[in-house]
Amino acid sequence: MNLFSEQTILTVSRLTSLLKDLIEENFNQVWVEGEVSNLALPASGHAYFTLKDSGAMLRGVMFRSCVKALKFKLEEGMSVIVRGRLSVYDQRGDYQLIAEYAEPKGIGALQAAFMQLKERLAGEGLFSDAHKQPLPVMPQRVGIVTSATGAAIHDILNVLGRRNAGLDLLIYPVRVQGEGAAAEISAAIDNLNQLQAADVLIVGRGGGSLEDLWAFNEEMVARAVYRSKIPVISAVGHEIDWTICDFVADLRAPTPSAAAELVCTAKEELSHQLDALLHRLQQAISGQLRLRLQNLTGLRRALHDPSRMLGHQVQRVDDLSERLDMALRNLLGRRSEQLARMEQYLAGLHPAVKISKLRQELLLLSERAERRVCHHLEALGRSHGEATARLDTLSPLHTLSRGYSVVEQLHGGTIVRNAAELRIGQEVRLRLQQGSALCQVEETYSDSGVKATT
Amino acid sequence: MAAEKFETSLKKLEEVVRKLEGGSLSLDDSIKAFEEGVKHAAFCAKKLDEAERKVEVLIKQRDGSFRKEPFTTDDDE
Repeated sequence: MNLFSEQTILTVSRLTSLLKDLIEENFNQVWVEGEVSNLALPASGHAYFTLKDSGAMLRGVMFRSCVKALKFKLEEGMSVIVRGRLSVYDQRGDYQLIAEYAEPKGIGALQAAFMQLKERLAGEGLFSDAHKQPLPVMPQRVGIVTSATGAAIHDILNVLGRRNAGLDLLIYPVRVQGEGAAAEISAAIDNLNQLQAADVLIVGRGGGSLEDLWAFNEEMVARAVYRSKIPVISAVGHEIDWTICDFVADLRAPTPSAAAELVCTAKEELSHQLDALLHRLQQAISGQLRLRLQNLTGLRRALHDPSRMLGHQVQRVDDLSERLDMALRNLLGRRSEQLARMEQYLAGLHPAVKISKLRQELLLLSERAERRVCHHLEALGRSHGEATARLDTLSPLHTLSRGYSVVEQLHGGTIVRNAAELRIGQEVRLRLQQGSALCQVEETYSDSGVKATT
Repeated sequence: MAAEKFETSLKKLEEVVRKLEGGSLSLDDSIKAFEEGVKHAAFCAKKLDEAERKVEVLIKQRDGSFRKEPFTTDDDE
């Protein structure tokens, strides 16, 4: 069919269908690079976008399953490389890219190569645990494949120096980045194996970009590490950097310093183990000797028993006789004390003592009697004086001296106390302090002043 | 290889220690075992201490053979 002849008239559908076939057959696998714009991420999970550069734009869609498989998220304005196929959308008459895979531009190619190689080598069994060799029990010579001027050798020497590990280090200087680096690294691993120059190899370099580390992702390095009969510790970049070399190596250290630590630790652990064994050896022999010495002492003690027993008995006899002696002495002492007490008591009971005591008592009593009599006499004297004094005041003479006079009957001397005793003309004696007078009663009166008639 | 000898020596030392710790040996055998253990321990210790931390760099010569030189960090390229 000649599409371009004038007689051939096509329907829109027919033309579109022809174009669709043409496009879809020829562009069923394309890589296209551009900037993401008009990105839409609806709930369906599909991603719709336009890829553009300075001259053109291309509509695109990535279906949900592919979007999910991406390691990164598509973003507006991101530069990407997309793999997919072109498809024509009949109804609208436009074409679009059905994207299956995308990666950020730049690291993308390397990343892809990395994934590819990793998958392939894994498939060949280069990473399998069965192939991994254990590190030597006692590494003495450490081969180091790295740059003589890089951070890695500096770090490794630092650690080994600090740990004072007593290891021989053999540095095989290589370029660790750029053209030819991978070839040098793999040759170094092979040469060290041929020379049997080390017990363990550290292969690595300090941190850097993915491109810087790239030599360690190359197949020839992977193969050399795999070939190596000397165990290989891979120490590339930082903890987060994983290289193909890391996967193939017998041991992966997160950093070169860590690789150095691993090598020292093996030897230090061995040294500790040896110390522990030596300690146990000494403990065991001294334990054995102690046990036997104990047995010997025990036996010796058993042999000495009879004499010891005899000694015991002798001691016991000595002890008992001493106690007996002591008891006797004590008894005697007590008895003589008792005797002394009795004697004292008896002495107290002697008559002479009693006599002298009574005599003393008598003396005391007579003294007391004497004192009593004296007392009494004194008291009598005193009361006599008092009585005399009182007598004196009571004496009629005393009264007379105060001017009183006493009338007495002439006969008998009876003192007249009542005027009624007197008769008129009767003579009475009037006794004065000094002398007396004979008086005749002329009249008598009662106390009331009544004149008596007789 | 020294490492292999070291390993067998270490294993023998372990055996001797276990036997001694078992306590079933006669006094003579105990002492013999102890002497043997000490010998192995001394050998292992010597092997461990043997390297005196040399740091060398391997240089490939024109004829394809290798030569070792002491490594210094200062005068490198």
